[in-house]
Amino acid sequence: MPELTITLNHFVVLSAILFCIGLFGVFTKRNAVAVLICIELMLNAVNINLVAFSKFITPGLFIGQIFSIFVITVAAAEVGVGLAIIIAIYRNRLNVDLDNFDWLKW
Amino acid sequence: MINSIYSVLAFYGLATVIVVAAILVVLMRNIMHSVLFLAVTFIAMAGMFLLLDADFLAAVQILVYAGAVCIMLVFAIMVIRRTDMAETNLFNRQVLAGVGLTVLTLALGTIFGGRTAWTQLVTHEAVPKNTVQYIGAFMLSKYVIPFEVAALLLLVALVGAIVLARDEEVKDNAGTDDYS
Repeated sequence: MPELTITLNHFVVLSAILFCIGLFGVFTKRNAVAVLICIELMLNAVNINLVAFSKFITPGLFIGQIFSIFVITVAAAEVGVGLAIIIAIYRNRLNVDLDNFDWLKW
Repeated sequence: MINSIYSVLAFYGLATVIVVAAILVVLMRNIMHSVLFLAVTFIAMAGMFLLLDADFLAAVQILVYAGAVCIMLVFAIMVIRRTDMAETNLFNRQVLAGVGLTVLTLALGTIFGGRTAWTQLVTHEAVPKNTVQYIGAFMLSKYVIPFEVAALLLLVALVGAIVLARDEEVKDNAGTDDYS
């Protein structure tokens, strides 16, 4: 029977799995909004990591929790600006397929 | 170390919900369903934060992610008009390379993250109750400069999003999109 305790390693592995799901989506999705969604998944994986380290290693200092609040702030700003850029591109091209975003290709 | 049987069950249940919902986010062909499962992932992750004694962060997670970000994504999807909603979230031609790179990253991350001897660093102190008063005090004393920078960042993002998504100047060259 396996030992029934949850250690820091469990959270690190969960966060690695979630990060890789997001990474797979970023690599393989066509829709630009879907890529933004997958970036959110990756940032959330990082948050789990930060909060788990904060609980297990520095419980009284709250470093990880405060850092993950800043990560959430940056993620919200990123979604706002990213969606604005996608809408602006949609106005010009009537399309949000990332395979067609190649103006900067030389 | 989390020992009680309820915590262990809660961890495995929440981890299953998070991973399955995240996989469905990637695999769904309709992007509305993707956003729906994204909300499920975020809420399960708030439960995981509660398990980690981060009650304020769990509330922030529900408010900002499950509330604001998901609604914003839904609005953006509705603005971007589509003919066929069932085919909005397809894979591109790099699926094989993506699977390879992802499996490589996952293997390396799991092996090194799982094998590292974190237990030597782990303390057995408990997280103080009512985390919000400590976080508030830290935010306005030790971390006040990052706090203000975050406020500035949000202001810049707000103005930037409005300027980028504004209609007037863009409308003139919307018809002639011969850039390529």
